[in-house]
Amino acid sequence: MTATATPAQKPARRWHIAVFLAPAVIVYTAIMIIPLFSTLFQSLFGPIDGQRGFVGLRNFQTLFGDPRWSANFWNALWNNTWFFIIHMLVQNPIGILLAAILSNPNLRLRGFYRTAIFIPTILSFVIVGFVWKLILSPLWGIAPNMLDAIGMRSLFSPWLGQEGAALTTLALVSVWQFVGIPMMLIYAALLSIPDEIIEAAEIDGLTGYKQFFKIQLPLILPTIGIISILTFVGNFNAFDLIYVSQGAQAGPNGSTDILGTLLYRTFFGFQLQQGDPNMGSAIATMMFLIILVGVSIYLFGIQTRMRRYQF
Amino acid sequence: MSTARSSLTRTIASHAILIAYTLLALFPVFVIVVNAFKARRDIFNDPLALPNPESFSLVGFETVTSQGNFLLYFQNSLIVTIASLFCVLLFGAMAAFALSEYRFKFNPLMGLYLALGIMIPIRLGTVAILQMMVATGLVNTHTALILVYTAQGLPLAIFILSEFMRTVSDDLKNAGRIDGLSEYKIFFTLVLPLVRPAMATVAVFTMIPIWNDLWFPLILAPAESTKTVTLGAQVFIGQFVTNWNAVLAALTLAIIPVLVLYLIFSRQLIRGITSGAVK
Repeated sequence: MTATATPAQKPARRWHIAVFLAPAVIVYTAIMIIPLFSTLFQSLFGPIDGQRGFVGLRNFQTLFGDPRWSANFWNALWNNTWFFIIHMLVQNPIGILLAAILSNPNLRLRGFYRTAIFIPTILSFVIVGFVWKLILSPLWGIAPNMLDAIGMRSLFSPWLGQEGAALTTLALVSVWQFVGIPMMLIYAALLSIPDEIIEAAEIDGLTGYKQFFKIQLPLILPTIGIISILTFVGNFNAFDLIYVSQGAQAGPNGSTDILGTLLYRTFFGFQLQQGDPNMGSAIATMMFLIILVGVSIYLFGIQTRMRRYQF
Repeated sequence: MSTARSSLTRTIASHAILIAYTLLALFPVFVIVVNAFKARRDIFNDPLALPNPESFSLVGFETVTSQGNFLLYFQNSLIVTIASLFCVLLFGAMAAFALSEYRFKFNPLMGLYLALGIMIPIRLGTVAILQMMVATGLVNTHTALILVYTAQGLPLAIFILSEFMRTVSDDLKNAGRIDGLSEYKIFFTLVLPLVRPAMATVAVFTMIPIWNDLWFPLILAPAESTKTVTLGAQVFIGQFVTNWNAVLAALTLAIIPVLVLYLIFSRQLIRGITSGAVK
Protein backbone atom coordinates (compact mmCIF):
# COMPACT_ATOMS: atom_id res chain seq x y z
CA MET A 1 0.00 0.00 0.00
CA THR A 2 2.65 2.48 0.90
CA ALA A 3 5.85 3.73 -0.59
CA THR A 4 7.74 1.99 2.18
CA ALA A 5 7.12 -1.37 0.56
CA THR A 6 10.08 -3.61 -0.04
CA PRO A 7 12.53 -2.29 -2.63
CA ALA A 8 12.01 -5.30 -4.85
CA GLN A 9 8.37 -4.38 -5.35
CA LYS A 10 8.96 -0.71 -5.79
CA PRO A 11 9.76 -0.43 -9.51
CA ALA A 12 6.73 -2.54 -10.48
CA ARG A 13 4.45 -0.36 -8.37
CA ARG A 14 5.81 2.85 -9.83
CA TRP A 15 5.06 1.77 -13.35
CA HIS A 16 1.40 1.11 -12.96
CA ILE A 17 0.90 4.37 -11.06
CA ALA A 18 2.39 6.14 -14.05
CA VAL A 19 0.21 4.17 -16.45
CA PHE A 20 -2.93 5.03 -14.49
CA LEU A 21 -2.07 8.70 -14.35
CA ALA A 22 -0.53 9.22 -17.78
CA PRO A 23 -3.56 9.61 -20.09
CA ALA A 24 -5.35 12.08 -17.85
CA VAL A 25 -2.25 14.09 -17.05
CA ILE A 26 -1.11 14.25 -20.66
CA VAL A 27 -4.44 15.37 -22.12
CA TYR A 28 -5.08 17.79 -19.29
CA THR A 29 -1.62 19.33 -19.47
CA ALA A 30 -1.47 19.55 -23.25
CA ILE A 31 -4.98 20.88 -23.90
CA MET A 32 -5.69 22.85 -20.79
CA ILE A 33 -2.67 23.95 -18.77
CA ILE A 34 -0.19 24.71 -21.56
CA PRO A 35 -2.69 26.69 -23.69
CA LEU A 36 -3.83 28.56 -20.62
CA PHE A 37 -0.35 29.73 -19.74
CA SER A 38 0.55 30.25 -23.35
CA THR A 39 -2.47 32.55 -23.64
CA LEU A 40 -1.40 34.47 -20.56
CA PHE A 41 2.08 34.72 -22.05
CA GLN A 42 0.83 35.97 -25.41
CA SER A 43 -0.80 38.93 -23.77
CA LEU A 44 2.74 40.29 -23.50
CA PHE A 45 3.29 40.15 -27.27
CA GLY A 46 2.09 42.33 -30.09
CA PRO A 47 2.97 43.80 -33.45
CA ILE A 48 6.21 45.82 -33.56
CA ASP A 49 6.97 47.38 -36.97
CA GLY A 50 4.72 44.86 -38.66
CA GLN A 51 6.23 41.90 -36.85
CA ARG A 52 5.12 40.15 -33.72
CA GLY A 53 7.38 40.67 -30.78
CA PHE A 54 7.60 41.15 -27.07
CA VAL A 55 5.88 44.37 -26.02
CA GLY A 56 5.73 43.95 -22.26
CA LEU A 57 2.61 45.38 -20.74
CA ARG A 58 1.67 47.49 -23.78
CA ASN A 59 -1.53 45.52 -24.42
CA PHE A 60 -2.66 46.22 -20.89
CA GLN A 61 -1.75 49.87 -21.29
CA THR A 62 -3.99 49.95 -24.35
CA LEU A 63 -6.73 48.09 -22.53
CA PHE A 64 -6.79 50.50 -19.62
CA GLY A 65 -5.35 53.63 -21.19
CA ASP A 66 -7.08 53.88 -24.56
CA PRO A 67 -10.49 55.41 -23.80
CA ARG A 68 -12.30 53.19 -26.32
CA TRP A 69 -10.82 49.95 -24.97
CA SER A 70 -11.10 50.87 -21.33
CA ALA A 71 -14.71 52.00 -21.70
CA ASN A 72 -15.54 48.64 -23.27
CA PHE A 73 -13.66 46.72 -20.61
CA TRP A 74 -15.13 48.48 -17.59
CA ASN A 75 -18.60 48.29 -19.13
CA ALA A 76 -18.21 44.53 -19.60
CA LEU A 77 -16.78 44.06 -16.13
CA TRP A 78 -19.58 46.02 -14.47
CA ASN A 79 -22.24 44.20 -16.51
CA ASN A 80 -20.65 40.91 -15.54
CA THR A 81 -20.67 41.89 -11.88
CA TRP A 82 -24.34 42.81 -12.09
CA PHE A 83 -25.02 39.49 -13.82
CA PHE A 84 -23.35 37.73 -10.88
CA ILE A 85 -25.19 39.80 -8.26
CA ILE A 86 -28.55 38.86 -9.77
CA HIS A 87 -27.58 35.19 -9.68
CA MET A 88 -26.54 35.36 -6.04
CA LEU A 89 -29.66 37.27 -4.99
CA VAL A 90 -32.21 35.32 -6.99
CA GLN A 91 -30.86 31.94 -8.03
CA ASN A 92 -29.42 30.77 -4.75
CA PRO A 93 -32.31 31.77 -2.44
CA ILE A 94 -34.81 30.14 -4.81
CA GLY A 95 -32.60 27.05 -4.99
CA ILE A 96 -32.42 26.85 -1.19
CA LEU A 97 -36.18 27.33 -0.83
CA LEU A 98 -37.00 24.62 -3.36
CA ALA A 99 -34.46 22.22 -1.85
CA ALA A 100 -35.78 22.85 1.66
CA ILE A 101 -39.31 22.05 0.56
CA LEU A 102 -38.24 19.01 -1.41
CA SER A 103 -36.20 17.58 1.45
CA ASN A 104 -39.36 16.94 3.48
CA PRO A 105 -39.53 13.13 3.35
CA ASN A 106 -43.32 13.05 3.67
CA LEU A 107 -43.94 15.19 0.62
CA ARG A 108 -45.60 13.38 -2.25
CA LEU A 109 -44.52 13.66 -5.87
CA ARG A 110 -41.03 14.72 -4.81
CA GLY A 111 -39.42 12.86 -7.69
CA PHE A 112 -41.69 14.52 -10.20
CA TYR A 113 -40.99 18.06 -8.98
CA ARG A 114 -37.26 17.41 -8.80
CA THR A 115 -37.15 16.07 -12.33
CA ALA A 116 -39.34 18.84 -13.76
CA ILE A 117 -37.53 21.74 -12.10
CA PHE A 118 -34.18 20.45 -13.30
CA ILE A 119 -35.26 20.31 -16.96
CA PRO A 120 -34.23 23.88 -17.93
CA THR A 121 -30.70 23.15 -16.69
CA ILE A 122 -30.17 20.44 -19.28
CA LEU A 123 -31.24 22.62 -22.19
CA SER A 124 -28.60 24.42 -24.20
CA PHE A 125 -28.18 28.18 -24.16
CA VAL A 126 -29.24 28.25 -27.77
CA ILE A 127 -32.61 26.80 -26.88
CA VAL A 128 -33.02 28.87 -23.73
CA GLY A 129 -31.96 32.10 -25.40
CA PHE A 130 -34.34 31.75 -28.34
CA VAL A 131 -37.23 30.39 -26.30
CA TRP A 132 -37.21 33.41 -24.04
CA LYS A 133 -36.61 35.75 -26.91
CA LEU A 134 -39.76 34.43 -28.54
CA ILE A 135 -41.79 34.48 -25.34
CA LEU A 136 -40.75 38.02 -24.47
CA SER A 137 -41.19 39.19 -28.02
CA PRO A 138 -43.83 41.88 -28.42
CA LEU A 139 -44.49 40.44 -31.89
CA TRP A 140 -45.70 37.09 -30.68
CA GLY A 141 -47.36 38.49 -27.63
CA ILE A 142 -47.22 35.60 -25.18
CA ALA A 143 -45.76 37.62 -22.34
CA PRO A 144 -47.96 40.71 -22.90
CA ASN A 145 -51.09 38.59 -23.22
CA MET A 146 -50.33 36.70 -20.04
CA LEU A 147 -49.75 39.93 -18.17
CA ASP A 148 -53.00 41.15 -19.71
CA ALA A 149 -54.79 38.15 -18.24
CA ILE A 150 -53.81 39.21 -14.73
CA GLY A 151 -54.49 42.86 -15.50
CA MET A 152 -50.90 44.03 -15.61
CA ARG A 153 -50.39 44.60 -19.28
CA SER A 154 -49.03 48.06 -18.64
CA LEU A 155 -46.03 46.42 -16.99
CA PHE A 156 -44.92 44.87 -20.25
CA SER A 157 -42.25 46.38 -22.40
CA PRO A 158 -39.82 44.80 -24.86
CA TRP A 159 -37.24 44.25 -22.13
CA LEU A 160 -34.60 42.60 -24.29
CA GLY A 161 -34.51 45.66 -26.53
CA GLN A 162 -34.11 48.19 -23.77
CA GLU A 163 -30.69 49.28 -22.63
CA GLY A 164 -31.74 49.53 -19.01
CA ALA A 165 -33.56 46.21 -18.75
CA ALA A 166 -31.88 43.82 -21.18
CA LEU A 167 -29.03 42.67 -18.93
CA THR A 168 -31.25 42.07 -15.91
CA THR A 169 -33.72 40.19 -18.09
CA LEU A 170 -30.97 37.96 -19.44
CA ALA A 171 -29.60 37.38 -15.95
CA LEU A 172 -33.05 36.26 -14.85
CA VAL A 173 -33.30 33.96 -17.86
CA SER A 174 -29.97 32.47 -16.84
CA VAL A 175 -31.27 32.09 -13.28
CA TRP A 176 -34.33 30.33 -14.64
CA GLN A 177 -32.05 27.95 -16.47
CA PHE A 178 -29.62 27.15 -13.68
CA VAL A 179 -31.70 27.17 -10.52
CA GLY A 180 -31.68 23.35 -10.69
CA ILE A 181 -28.00 23.17 -9.77
CA PRO A 182 -28.14 24.90 -6.36
CA MET A 183 -31.41 23.11 -5.75
CA MET A 184 -29.87 19.68 -6.33
CA LEU A 185 -26.65 20.32 -4.41
CA ILE A 186 -28.46 21.76 -1.39
CA TYR A 187 -31.04 18.99 -1.56
CA ALA A 188 -28.19 16.46 -1.40
CA ALA A 189 -26.61 18.31 1.52
CA LEU A 190 -29.92 18.42 3.38
CA LEU A 191 -30.44 14.70 2.89
CA SER A 192 -27.00 13.98 4.32
CA ILE A 193 -27.93 15.56 7.69
CA PRO A 194 -28.53 12.64 10.04
CA ASP A 195 -32.04 12.07 11.32
CA GLU A 196 -30.87 12.12 14.94
CA ILE A 197 -30.01 15.81 14.72
CA ILE A 198 -33.43 16.64 13.30
CA GLU A 199 -35.12 14.49 15.91
CA ALA A 200 -33.14 16.15 18.69
CA ALA A 201 -34.24 19.53 17.40
CA GLU A 202 -37.85 18.40 17.31
CA ILE A 203 -37.63 17.17 20.89
CA ASP A 204 -36.33 20.61 21.80
CA GLY A 205 -39.42 22.07 20.17
CA LEU A 206 -37.81 23.39 16.99
CA THR A 207 -39.96 22.75 13.94
CA GLY A 208 -40.79 24.28 10.59
CA TYR A 209 -38.82 27.23 9.31
CA LYS A 210 -37.29 27.91 12.74
CA GLN A 211 -35.76 24.47 12.61
CA PHE A 212 -34.54 25.19 9.11
CA PHE A 213 -32.79 28.44 10.01
CA LYS A 214 -31.33 27.18 13.30
CA ILE A 215 -30.33 23.64 12.38
CA GLN A 216 -30.26 22.88 8.67
CA LEU A 217 -29.00 26.20 7.31
CA PRO A 218 -25.80 26.32 9.39
CA LEU A 219 -25.09 22.74 8.38
CA ILE A 220 -25.40 23.43 4.66
CA LEU A 221 -23.35 26.65 4.69
CA PRO A 222 -20.30 24.91 3.18
CA THR A 223 -22.47 23.76 0.27
CA ILE A 224 -23.77 27.29 -0.20
CA GLY A 225 -20.15 28.44 -0.28
CA ILE A 226 -19.32 25.95 -3.02
CA ILE A 227 -22.39 26.98 -5.00
CA SER A 228 -21.41 30.64 -4.72
CA ILE A 229 -17.94 30.06 -6.07
CA LEU A 230 -19.25 27.83 -8.87
CA THR A 231 -21.73 30.58 -9.76
CA PHE A 232 -18.93 33.15 -9.72
CA VAL A 233 -16.69 31.15 -12.04
CA GLY A 234 -19.60 30.29 -14.31
CA ASN A 235 -20.80 33.88 -14.57
CA PHE A 236 -17.42 35.45 -15.23
CA ASN A 237 -16.88 33.00 -18.01
CA ALA A 238 -20.39 33.19 -19.49
CA PHE A 239 -20.80 33.90 -23.16
CA ASP A 240 -23.34 31.66 -24.85
CA LEU A 241 -26.60 33.11 -23.59
CA ILE A 242 -25.67 36.68 -24.47
CA TYR A 243 -24.23 35.66 -27.84
CA VAL A 244 -27.32 33.68 -28.74
CA SER A 245 -29.90 36.22 -27.74
CA GLN A 246 -28.14 39.53 -28.44
CA GLY A 247 -25.37 38.60 -30.87
CA ALA A 248 -21.65 39.25 -30.52
CA GLN A 249 -22.30 43.00 -30.32
CA ALA A 250 -24.17 42.36 -27.07
CA GLY A 251 -26.75 44.98 -27.85
CA PRO A 252 -28.68 47.14 -27.37
CA ASN A 253 -25.71 49.48 -27.50
CA GLY A 254 -23.36 47.17 -25.60
CA SER A 255 -25.61 47.13 -22.57
CA THR A 256 -25.41 43.33 -22.25
CA ASP A 257 -21.71 43.06 -23.06
CA ILE A 258 -19.91 40.81 -20.59
CA LEU A 259 -16.30 39.67 -20.49
CA GLY A 260 -16.97 36.53 -22.55
CA THR A 261 -18.52 38.44 -25.44
CA LEU A 262 -15.82 41.12 -25.26
CA LEU A 263 -13.15 38.42 -25.46
CA TYR A 264 -14.89 36.85 -28.44
CA ARG A 265 -15.19 40.15 -30.34
CA THR A 266 -11.63 41.12 -29.57
CA PHE A 267 -10.13 37.79 -30.52
CA PHE A 268 -12.13 37.19 -33.69
CA GLY A 269 -12.98 40.68 -34.72
CA PHE A 270 -16.42 41.81 -35.61
CA GLN A 271 -17.65 43.71 -38.64
CA LEU A 272 -15.08 46.48 -39.20
CA GLN A 273 -12.91 45.62 -36.23
CA GLN A 274 -9.99 43.27 -36.96
CA GLY A 275 -9.43 40.26 -34.76
CA ASP A 276 -6.45 40.62 -32.45
CA PRO A 277 -5.17 37.50 -30.65
CA ASN A 278 -2.85 39.50 -28.42
CA MET A 279 -5.49 41.89 -27.15
CA GLY A 280 -7.76 38.86 -26.82
CA SER A 281 -5.09 37.23 -24.66
CA ALA A 282 -4.89 40.38 -22.56
CA ILE A 283 -8.62 40.21 -21.90
CA ALA A 284 -8.40 36.48 -21.17
CA THR A 285 -5.60 37.28 -18.72
CA MET A 286 -7.79 39.82 -16.95
CA MET A 287 -10.59 37.23 -16.74
CA PHE A 288 -8.09 34.75 -15.36
CA LEU A 289 -6.97 37.22 -12.69
CA ILE A 290 -10.55 38.08 -11.73
CA ILE A 291 -11.47 34.42 -11.38
CA LEU A 292 -8.23 33.74 -9.50
CA VAL A 293 -9.00 36.52 -7.02
CA GLY A 294 -12.54 35.23 -6.51
CA VAL A 295 -11.40 31.65 -6.02
CA SER A 296 -8.62 32.72 -3.63
CA ILE A 297 -11.05 34.77 -1.54
CA TYR A 298 -13.23 31.70 -1.33
CA LEU A 299 -10.46 29.21 -0.58
CA PHE A 300 -8.48 31.25 1.92
CA GLY A 301 -11.00 33.74 3.26
CA ILE A 302 -14.24 31.79 3.44
CA GLN A 303 -13.67 28.09 3.24
CA THR A 304 -11.01 27.87 5.95
CA ARG A 305 -13.19 29.83 8.38
CA MET A 306 -16.26 27.80 7.75
CA ARG A 307 -17.04 25.25 10.38
CA ARG A 308 -17.54 21.81 9.01
CA TYR A 309 -19.45 19.17 10.85
CA GLN A 310 -18.54 15.54 10.67
CA PHE A 311 -21.35 13.11 11.19
CA MET B 1 -54.78 18.51 16.42
CA SER B 2 -53.14 21.88 15.99
CA THR B 3 -49.90 20.29 14.82
CA ALA B 4 -51.85 18.22 12.33
CA ARG B 5 -53.52 21.31 10.95
CA SER B 6 -50.31 23.30 10.73
CA SER B 7 -48.61 20.44 8.93
CA LEU B 8 -51.54 20.29 6.50
CA THR B 9 -51.18 24.00 5.77
CA ARG B 10 -47.50 23.49 5.30
CA THR B 11 -48.04 20.62 2.89
CA ILE B 12 -50.44 22.71 0.84
CA ALA B 13 -48.05 25.65 0.81
CA SER B 14 -45.20 23.34 -0.21
CA HIS B 15 -47.17 21.94 -3.11
CA ALA B 16 -48.33 25.39 -4.16
CA ILE B 17 -44.75 26.69 -4.37
CA LEU B 18 -43.48 23.59 -6.13
CA ILE B 19 -46.34 23.54 -8.64
CA ALA B 20 -45.86 27.23 -9.36
CA TYR B 21 -42.16 26.75 -9.97
CA THR B 22 -42.69 23.60 -12.02
CA LEU B 23 -45.06 25.51 -14.28
CA LEU B 24 -42.50 28.28 -14.65
CA ALA B 25 -39.82 25.71 -15.50
CA LEU B 26 -41.89 23.79 -18.03
CA PHE B 27 -44.01 26.53 -19.57
CA PRO B 28 -41.44 27.84 -22.10
CA VAL B 29 -40.66 24.33 -23.31
CA PHE B 30 -44.38 23.59 -23.58
CA VAL B 31 -45.05 26.73 -25.61
CA ILE B 32 -42.29 25.96 -28.08
CA VAL B 33 -43.14 22.31 -28.63
CA VAL B 34 -46.88 22.95 -28.94
CA ASN B 35 -46.51 25.75 -31.45
CA ALA B 36 -44.01 23.86 -33.55
CA PHE B 37 -46.90 21.68 -34.71
CA LYS B 38 -49.22 24.51 -35.69
CA ALA B 39 -49.74 26.56 -38.83
CA ARG B 40 -48.30 30.04 -38.90
CA ARG B 41 -51.65 31.77 -38.47
CA ASP B 42 -52.51 29.73 -35.38
CA ILE B 43 -49.12 30.32 -33.80
CA PHE B 44 -50.00 33.98 -33.64
CA ASN B 45 -53.76 33.78 -33.07
CA ASP B 46 -53.70 31.50 -30.07
CA PRO B 47 -50.19 30.59 -28.97
CA LEU B 48 -51.32 28.69 -25.88
CA ALA B 49 -53.77 26.35 -27.62
CA LEU B 50 -52.88 22.74 -28.30
CA PRO B 51 -52.67 21.83 -31.97
CA ASN B 52 -56.01 20.52 -33.26
CA PRO B 53 -56.85 18.97 -36.64
CA GLU B 54 -57.44 22.42 -38.09
CA SER B 55 -54.32 24.11 -36.87
CA PHE B 56 -51.99 21.10 -37.09
CA SER B 57 -49.16 21.61 -39.52
CA LEU B 58 -45.71 20.20 -40.04
CA VAL B 59 -44.55 22.94 -42.38
CA GLY B 60 -41.84 24.02 -39.94
CA PHE B 61 -40.33 20.55 -39.79
CA GLU B 62 -40.48 20.33 -43.59
CA THR B 63 -38.42 23.52 -43.84
CA VAL B 64 -35.94 22.23 -41.28
CA THR B 65 -35.46 18.89 -43.00
CA SER B 66 -35.18 20.40 -46.45
CA GLN B 67 -32.98 23.38 -45.54
CA GLY B 68 -31.00 22.22 -42.55
CA ASN B 69 -28.62 19.36 -42.05
CA PHE B 70 -29.92 18.36 -38.68
CA LEU B 71 -29.33 14.65 -39.08
CA LEU B 72 -25.65 15.32 -39.68
CA TYR B 73 -25.50 17.76 -36.76
CA PHE B 74 -27.00 15.16 -34.45
CA GLN B 75 -24.50 12.65 -35.62
CA ASN B 76 -21.65 15.09 -34.97
CA SER B 77 -22.93 15.92 -31.51
CA LEU B 78 -23.32 12.25 -30.70
CA ILE B 79 -19.82 11.35 -31.87
CA VAL B 80 -18.21 14.21 -29.99
CA THR B 81 -20.21 13.71 -26.80
CA ILE B 82 -19.84 9.95 -26.60
CA ALA B 83 -16.14 9.92 -27.44
CA SER B 84 -15.38 12.69 -24.94
CA LEU B 85 -17.48 11.00 -22.31
CA PHE B 86 -15.67 7.72 -22.83
CA CYS B 87 -12.26 9.39 -22.50
CA VAL B 88 -13.27 11.43 -19.45
CA LEU B 89 -14.65 8.39 -17.65
CA LEU B 90 -11.80 6.04 -18.51
CA PHE B 91 -8.89 8.44 -18.00
CA GLY B 92 -10.60 10.10 -15.06
CA ALA B 93 -11.26 6.81 -13.27
CA MET B 94 -7.71 5.64 -13.88
CA ALA B 95 -6.19 8.82 -12.49
CA ALA B 96 -8.63 8.87 -9.59
CA PHE B 97 -7.65 5.30 -8.76
CA ALA B 98 -3.96 6.18 -8.76
CA LEU B 99 -4.57 9.18 -6.51
CA SER B 100 -6.81 7.39 -4.04
CA GLU B 101 -5.05 4.03 -3.93
CA TYR B 102 -1.32 4.60 -3.93
CA ARG B 103 0.86 6.75 -1.80
CA PHE B 104 3.66 8.23 -3.82
CA LYS B 105 5.82 11.25 -3.48
CA PHE B 106 3.89 13.75 -5.56
CA ASN B 107 0.41 12.47 -4.80
CA PRO B 108 -1.00 15.54 -2.99
CA LEU B 109 0.64 17.87 -5.47
CA MET B 110 -0.71 15.89 -8.39
CA GLY B 111 -4.19 15.96 -6.88
CA LEU B 112 -4.00 19.72 -6.53
CA TYR B 113 -2.66 20.15 -10.05
CA LEU B 114 -5.48 18.11 -11.53
CA ALA B 115 -8.06 19.95 -9.41
CA LEU B 116 -6.97 23.38 -10.72
CA GLY B 117 -9.16 22.90 -13.75
CA ILE B 118 -12.33 22.70 -11.65
CA MET B 119 -12.05 26.37 -10.85
CA ILE B 120 -10.28 27.74 -13.91
CA PRO B 121 -12.35 27.51 -17.08
CA ILE B 122 -10.64 26.06 -20.13
CA ARG B 123 -12.13 28.84 -22.26
CA LEU B 124 -9.48 31.26 -21.05
CA GLY B 125 -6.92 29.28 -23.04
CA THR B 126 -8.94 29.52 -26.24
CA VAL B 127 -6.47 31.76 -28.07
CA ALA B 128 -3.65 29.24 -27.70
CA ILE B 129 -5.93 26.21 -28.18
CA LEU B 130 -7.03 27.56 -31.55
CA GLN B 131 -3.42 28.24 -32.58
CA MET B 132 -2.47 24.73 -31.53
CA MET B 133 -5.35 23.19 -33.49
CA VAL B 134 -4.44 25.25 -36.54
CA ALA B 135 -0.82 24.18 -36.25
CA THR B 136 -1.72 20.50 -35.97
CA GLY B 137 -4.36 20.70 -38.67
CA LEU B 138 -7.13 19.65 -36.31
CA VAL B 139 -9.42 22.62 -36.96
CA ASN B 140 -12.83 21.47 -38.13
CA THR B 141 -12.36 17.91 -36.96
CA HIS B 142 -14.19 15.98 -34.28
CA THR B 143 -10.82 15.21 -32.69
CA ALA B 144 -10.26 18.85 -31.75
CA LEU B 145 -13.55 19.02 -29.88
CA ILE B 146 -13.08 15.62 -28.26
CA LEU B 147 -9.64 16.58 -26.95
CA VAL B 148 -10.87 19.89 -25.56
CA TYR B 149 -13.92 18.37 -23.89
CA THR B 150 -11.85 15.55 -22.43
CA ALA B 151 -9.49 18.07 -20.85
CA GLN B 152 -12.46 20.12 -19.68
CA GLY B 153 -14.25 17.19 -18.06
CA LEU B 154 -11.28 15.48 -16.40
CA PRO B 155 -10.69 17.69 -13.33
CA LEU B 156 -14.19 17.33 -11.87
CA ALA B 157 -14.36 13.66 -12.84
CA ILE B 158 -11.09 12.90 -11.07
CA PHE B 159 -12.15 14.86 -8.02
CA ILE B 160 -15.52 13.14 -7.62
CA LEU B 161 -14.28 9.66 -8.51
CA SER B 162 -11.29 9.75 -6.18
CA GLU B 163 -13.53 10.76 -3.28
CA PHE B 164 -15.64 7.75 -4.14
CA MET B 165 -12.80 5.32 -4.60
CA ARG B 166 -11.50 6.06 -1.13
CA THR B 167 -14.66 4.43 0.19
CA VAL B 168 -14.02 1.13 -1.60
CA SER B 169 -12.93 -1.38 1.01
CA ASP B 170 -9.21 -2.13 1.22
CA ASP B 171 -9.95 -5.72 2.25
CA LEU B 172 -11.51 -6.41 -1.09
CA LYS B 173 -8.54 -5.05 -3.02
CA ASN B 174 -6.06 -6.83 -0.76
CA ALA B 175 -7.99 -10.07 -1.19
CA GLY B 176 -7.62 -9.55 -4.92
CA ARG B 177 -3.89 -8.97 -4.53
CA ILE B 178 -3.51 -12.16 -2.50
CA ASP B 179 -5.32 -14.01 -5.27
CA GLY B 180 -2.64 -12.74 -7.59
CA LEU B 181 -4.62 -10.15 -9.52
CA SER B 182 -2.54 -7.47 -11.15
CA GLU B 183 -3.19 -3.84 -10.20
CA TYR B 184 -4.87 -3.33 -13.58
CA LYS B 185 -7.20 -6.28 -12.99
CA ILE B 186 -8.02 -4.96 -9.53
CA PHE B 187 -8.94 -1.63 -11.03
CA PHE B 188 -10.98 -2.92 -13.94
CA THR B 189 -12.71 -5.90 -12.35
CA LEU B 190 -13.03 -4.96 -8.66
CA VAL B 191 -13.06 -1.19 -8.28
CA LEU B 192 -14.76 0.03 -11.45
CA PRO B 193 -17.97 -1.98 -10.97
CA LEU B 194 -18.23 -0.68 -7.41
CA VAL B 195 -18.05 2.98 -8.38
CA ARG B 196 -20.62 2.68 -11.16
CA PRO B 197 -23.11 5.03 -9.46
CA ALA B 198 -20.45 7.71 -9.20
CA MET B 199 -19.49 7.12 -12.82
CA ALA B 200 -23.09 7.70 -13.83
CA THR B 201 -23.18 11.01 -11.97
CA VAL B 202 -19.94 12.11 -13.54
CA ALA B 203 -21.26 11.02 -16.93
CA VAL B 204 -24.33 13.21 -16.68
CA PHE B 205 -22.39 16.18 -15.33
CA THR B 206 -19.85 15.82 -18.12
CA MET B 207 -22.33 15.17 -20.90
CA ILE B 208 -24.66 18.14 -20.44
CA PRO B 209 -22.10 20.93 -20.89
CA ILE B 210 -20.48 19.14 -23.82
CA TRP B 211 -23.74 18.63 -25.68
CA ASN B 212 -24.81 22.21 -25.01
CA ASP B 213 -21.50 23.98 -25.65
CA LEU B 214 -21.50 26.70 -28.27
CA TRP B 215 -18.10 28.33 -27.71
CA PHE B 216 -15.75 25.60 -28.92
CA PRO B 217 -17.83 24.36 -31.88
CA LEU B 218 -18.10 27.99 -32.98
CA ILE B 219 -14.35 28.53 -32.74
CA LEU B 220 -12.76 25.15 -33.42
CA ALA B 221 -15.20 23.37 -35.72
CA PRO B 222 -17.61 25.73 -37.48
CA ALA B 223 -17.51 23.84 -40.80
CA GLU B 224 -20.76 22.41 -42.09
CA SER B 225 -19.46 18.84 -41.83
CA THR B 226 -18.49 19.10 -38.16
CA LYS B 227 -21.21 21.40 -36.81
CA THR B 228 -22.76 20.14 -33.61
CA VAL B 229 -26.49 20.38 -33.13
CA THR B 230 -26.15 23.33 -30.76
CA LEU B 231 -24.18 25.36 -33.28
CA GLY B 232 -26.30 24.09 -36.16
CA ALA B 233 -29.51 25.20 -34.45
CA GLN B 234 -27.98 28.58 -33.65
CA VAL B 235 -26.92 29.20 -37.24
CA PHE B 236 -30.16 27.85 -38.69
CA ILE B 237 -32.33 30.00 -36.45
CA GLY B 238 -30.17 33.01 -37.24
CA GLN B 239 -30.90 32.53 -40.94
CA PHE B 240 -34.60 31.74 -40.61
CA VAL B 241 -35.34 34.23 -37.88
CA THR B 242 -38.57 35.46 -39.48
CA ASN B 243 -39.83 32.00 -40.36
CA TRP B 244 -41.49 31.19 -37.07
CA ASN B 245 -42.56 27.70 -38.05
CA ALA B 246 -39.02 26.76 -38.93
CA VAL B 247 -37.54 28.33 -35.80
CA LEU B 248 -39.99 26.57 -33.51
CA ALA B 249 -39.47 23.27 -35.28
CA ALA B 250 -35.69 23.58 -35.04
CA LEU B 251 -35.93 24.37 -31.33
CA THR B 252 -38.21 21.37 -30.81
CA LEU B 253 -35.78 19.12 -32.63
CA ALA B 254 -32.99 20.40 -30.40
CA ILE B 255 -35.00 19.97 -27.20
CA ILE B 256 -36.47 16.50 -27.68
CA PRO B 257 -33.29 14.33 -27.68
CA VAL B 258 -31.84 16.01 -24.58
CA LEU B 259 -35.17 15.70 -22.85
CA VAL B 260 -35.46 12.00 -23.65
CA LEU B 261 -31.89 11.33 -22.51
CA TYR B 262 -32.50 13.26 -19.33
CA LEU B 263 -35.70 11.41 -18.51
CA ILE B 264 -33.86 8.12 -18.97
CA PHE B 265 -30.93 9.13 -16.78
CA SER B 266 -32.57 11.45 -14.27
CA ARG B 267 -33.01 8.76 -11.63
CA GLN B 268 -29.36 7.80 -11.96
CA LEU B 269 -28.34 11.47 -11.80
CA ILE B 270 -30.32 12.20 -8.67
CA ARG B 271 -29.21 9.01 -6.97
CA GLY B 272 -25.62 9.91 -7.78
CA ILE B 273 -25.90 13.41 -6.41
CA THR B 274 -27.75 12.44 -3.29
CA SER B 275 -25.50 9.52 -2.47
CA GLY B 276 -22.92 12.07 -1.52
CA ALA B 277 -20.75 12.42 -4.56
CA VAL B 278 -21.02 16.20 -4.50
CA LYS B 279 -21.13 17.53 -1.01
